[in-house]
Amino acid sequence: MIKVNIEKCGHCGACVAVCPTNSIELIESCLRIGDTCTTCATCVSICPVGALTALEEET
Amino acid sequence: MRDEYDVVVVGAGPAGSTAARAAAEECDVLLIEKRQEIGEPVRCAEGSPGAVLLELLGVTEINKKWISSEINGFRVNAPDGTTVDVTAEMLRMEKPLGYVLERKIFDRDLARDAARAGAHVMVRTRATGLIMEDGAVKGVKMNRLGEDFEIRSKVVIGADGVESQVGRWGGINTTLKVRDIESCAQYHMENVDILEETLDIYLGEKYSPSGYTWIFPKGERAANVGLGVLGSKLNAKRPIDYLNEFVADKLPDGQPVELVVGGVPVSDLLKTVVSDGLMLVGDAARHTEPLTGGGMLPAISGGQTAGEVARKAVRQNDASERVLREYETKWNNNPFGKQRKRMYKAKEFVVERSDEELNRMVRAVHGIQPEELTLKGITMRVLKKDPKLMLMIRHLL
Repeated sequence: MIKVNIEKCGHCGACVAVCPTNSIELIESCLRIGDTCTTCATCVSICPVGALTALEEET
Repeated sequence: MRDEYDVVVVGAGPAGSTAARAAAEECDVLLIEKRQEIGEPVRCAEGSPGAVLLELLGVTEINKKWISSEINGFRVNAPDGTTVDVTAEMLRMEKPLGYVLERKIFDRDLARDAARAGAHVMVRTRATGLIMEDGAVKGVKMNRLGEDFEIRSKVVIGADGVESQVGRWGGINTTLKVRDIESCAQYHMENVDILEETLDIYLGEKYSPSGYTWIFPKGERAANVGLGVLGSKLNAKRPIDYLNEFVADKLPDGQPVELVVGGVPVSDLLKTVVSDGLMLVGDAARHTEPLTGGGMLPAISGGQTAGEVARKAVRQNDASERVLREYETKWNNNPFGKQRKRMYKAKEFVVERSDEELNRMVRAVHGIQPEELTLKGITMRVLKKDPKLMLMIRHLL
């Protein structure tokens, strides 16, 4: 899963633009990641401020 | 509240507001904006050519409230510090060459013009999906201040920016590859020593790998200072980190009054930007110019055409892809669309250049004379100064 650091996020939507499964929604200053996310981490790689982290799924 | 309009426009940036205004001359139009405030936060370096902007807006004079600085030249700084300066005088072009805009005011005035033309405007209202029937778009599902509802329409115009979802909901794949998006950070800085009336551009790996760094004047001793790094060249170091280094090195006395970050599409043309009942405009259509990252003018131009085609579709009561395709054909054949393939090729070329190659390119044109500012003049100059460089860039010219 993808974790959003809300103290870093600049609400720009670059992550939404590159998400291959269209799983991210930007609502003003809130980034919502839907359950279609595959943790491919493309969003992590594009973020201008490094607000996103890919976490290993807990089993 | 009404539950049906002729046209629903999603997003009140320059593309959406222009489309809404153009469509509202003849149709019932709803323009929705997810933010609380149209125009804020600004996600733009705000530089714009002058004459083309006025032409697209259909005015002869710029509204002074829209501009923070006039621009009459640019400077490109190579990684090794070599510069090339080009001015309005050298180009023998009328002043001002362009502007650094005040987008907060500009965007709001475009929305106002849509409202004056008869469009209904809703803020804090976001699209959450599309009404789809037999593969055709028939309206927008939305949420306003926590309340979910649906509004049917003959035409939907997706102007929802770089983070567009409308296209993908409607079956148009707008997902950007990381090599086709610049990841950007920008401060609006005060108390900076800057070149007056000049767009100051820095190239090179140190601050903006496969992108560029800009200092665009925002009035006296103020500037938009920002940079973009191509997504595929990013690693642990982020654009904000590069920007902080640039500012510490070049503008140590500057103080930020605003920070904005953003993604700028620098992709090739999409296969299509229309489907049954749906047109995409502006950044949502990836119409942004890929070499410079300039999005405003292609957006306004597309918004105008999309609005006009929406009117036609409503008049004919036929919003099929076949009818809406007129918008795409027209945009692809306007000056922005026509240059697009070449601009994308140029971007693909520039992002692969090493610092030394960038140095050679700038060195070849350093001190260029006014009479050389033609394709032939530049070719002759490069041939004389660095013939091997000519081999490298020939397919661009």
